[in-house]
Amino acid sequence: MSGFNKVVDSYEEAMAGLEDGMTILAGGFGLCGIPENLINQVKSSGVKDLTIVSNNCGIDGFGLGVLLEDRQIKKMVSSYVGENALFEQQLLAGELEVELTPQGTLAEKMRAGGAGIPAFYTATGFGTPVGEGKEVREFSGRSYILEESITGDFAIVKGWKADKFGNVIYRHTAQNFNPLAATAGKITVVEVEEIVEPGELDPAHIHTPGIYVNRIIKGNFEKRIEQRTVRSN
Amino acid sequence: MALSREQIAIRVARELQDGFYVNLGIGIPTLVANYVPDNIEVMLQSENGLLGMGPFPTDDAVDADMINAGKQTVTAATGASIFSSAESFAMIRGGHVDLTVLGAFEVDVLGNIASWMIPNKLIKGMGGAMDLVAGADNIIVTMTHASKHGDSKLLNKCSLPLTGAGCIKKVLTDLAFLEIANGAFILKERAPGVSIEEIMDKTEGKLIVPDFVPEIEF
Repeated sequence: MSGFNKVVDSYEEAMAGLEDGMTILAGGFGLCGIPENLINQVKSSGVKDLTIVSNNCGIDGFGLGVLLEDRQIKKMVSSYVGENALFEQQLLAGELEVELTPQGTLAEKMRAGGAGIPAFYTATGFGTPVGEGKEVREFSGRSYILEESITGDFAIVKGWKADKFGNVIYRHTAQNFNPLAATAGKITVVEVEEIVEPGELDPAHIHTPGIYVNRIIKGNFEKRIEQRTVRSN
Repeated sequence: MALSREQIAIRVARELQDGFYVNLGIGIPTLVANYVPDNIEVMLQSENGLLGMGPFPTDDAVDADMINAGKQTVTAATGASIFSSAESFAMIRGGHVDLTVLGAFEVDVLGNIASWMIPNKLIKGMGGAMDLVAGADNIIVTMTHASKHGDSKLLNKCSLPLTGAGCIKKVLTDLAFLEIANGAFILKERAPGVSIEEIMDKTEGKLIVPDFVPEIEF
């Protein structure tokens, strides 16, 4: 690696420095736009007691679900979980802690975390279990709760294309939480389908500027579909 | 006769206006997309980051990178835009979506809604529902009026943990279309052949019944 070249050649190198007890922010919505290979690398590294911040927790045997197999996750911060039997089993057994967070609040927590904003007020969750114990403040006659932002030791991100300097673009709705996670990791690792030379991507079309990105790796992706729905003709 | 799922969707679709940006929840609300009147244009917002959701793809056009908030494969409509989850919820929280349609377990006379959690059962999460009800001014809740055992779901006070407080003004059930104002449900329309007595019987919350309550026509 030299200068702004952030390309690494192996997944071991991509996740070097990951330790027990760390917090990982992961991009993806359902199985769409998830960093499949980086997740698999977290699994094979064998680290434990992880806090994972991600909208969902994959399914049995795929995506973040694989980290449940060897009980590597201590806590999940998510808006919607439980599509997998193993998740339910570990939750009911008290082996897994879950902090359910409204989807928009979760996105904003990452955005704010990456932007150096420690907390923000939102009306989302006021008067519900999510608001319990949180500071309430009134603005223009409406009540808002104070939500703290999130940063991670690592952010693992799935992009479509990146240049070697770490400028990333996402494809279609595989964008979702990825650019937000990318801003909020102490070490942000992006795996992409294609790495190009600097200058090949239109600077005005970059979703994640390279300043947020520490490591880039090219991967091969299964891209499993959760709900294949089609129309005839 | 109680309204069918399709009839509920048809009635909701009459609330659509030309140029509306609309977020449709999972279940019956999704069906509303099938009944958009021919003479108007609406754009569907999907909270995973798509404004301008098109129909399902044909088999050869399925793309794993193109899904809706229900995780179904979809297409982008002409003039669509795609963005991050933070941008998506800025639209929702910022009140830029013209109409939100979503389901519920319970609603009450104060406009509270409970739709995400039944204590002592597995809790999967609220997804985007709390942001949607907190951010939208114009919300229609679609739900069944009472449980299979006949217990009302239109209450004086929600018994389940809330999704949002004081945010619901319109409810369409299988029996009636109601508005919520001044601490009461106001009966606006009833399903064809459903008596006012039956609706009164199945509404636990304070109910105001005007002199004339038209039947919904199909």
